[in-house]
Amino acid sequence: MAVPAPLRSHLILSSRFENIEVAERVLLDLCQRASCEGEDQYWLVTALREALANAIRHGNQQDPSRKIRVDMGIDDDHVTIRVEDEGRGFDPAGVPDPTSPENLLRPSGRGIFYMRQFMNRVDFQQAPGGGTAVVMERRLRRPARSASNEE
Amino acid sequence: MKSELRDHGEVRIIKLSGKITIGTGDVKLRELITEALDQNRSKLLLDLGAVSAIDSSGIGEMVACYTTVTKRQGQLKLLHLSPKINDILQVTQLITVFDVFEDEGEALASFS
Repeated sequence: MAVPAPLRSHLILSSRFENIEVAERVLLDLCQRASCEGEDQYWLVTALREALANAIRHGNQQDPSRKIRVDMGIDDDHVTIRVEDEGRGFDPAGVPDPTSPENLLRPSGRGIFYMRQFMNRVDFQQAPGGGTAVVMERRLRRPARSASNEE
Repeated sequence: MKSELRDHGEVRIIKLSGKITIGTGDVKLRELITEALDQNRSKLLLDLGAVSAIDSSGIGEMVACYTTVTKRQGQLKLLHLSPKINDILQVTQLITVFDVFEDEGEALASFS
């Protein structure tokens, strides 16, 4: 009996904010094929958008010639998203807590906090080219439907 | 993101729909608030009932608008939060910053 294949997608995008919409549509398609919907789908999209916004703005400094690599996969009960930029890397520990009273009215600095709220695991790694790779996982509330094809 | 403006007495009601997200929605929100202040409208009610998503840039822009309006002796309040936007304001603790209403009449009456 064949083992159901996980759903996978790999994208290489130029560093433009409008490409966040492209990645969102691909994730929504994966979710639809896996019957991953509702809260799971909403917060996955939210976390993906934050990771991409950080990679484009802070990692690649909105330079369209620099690429963003996105890997997304849905297995039986969890979703993994990896977003890699071509920036200089950064130390996530240096980002202040946006919920501290002194930071509450700051207009920026909530992106990583957002991701950590909506995903079960968020790790930052140094990418092979020296940029940042963020790897996020979310366990699904209801296991995704088994997939019978692979991208 | 789309917007509809309606003035009720001294209060400008700004009804937003779609996404308040990086690159488009956040910029549009800033322009709407700047336009209102330029027209000496500083009592502002943001109706978020038809907003489908707001990212950290959109939240950041809302905070920046709140600060700008407050510095101009104005008031910026929120109306009709969806459950998910309410969740976001809760986890970011910004629910403690904004006045939030479910009823438009109550919101309008709250402006001093």
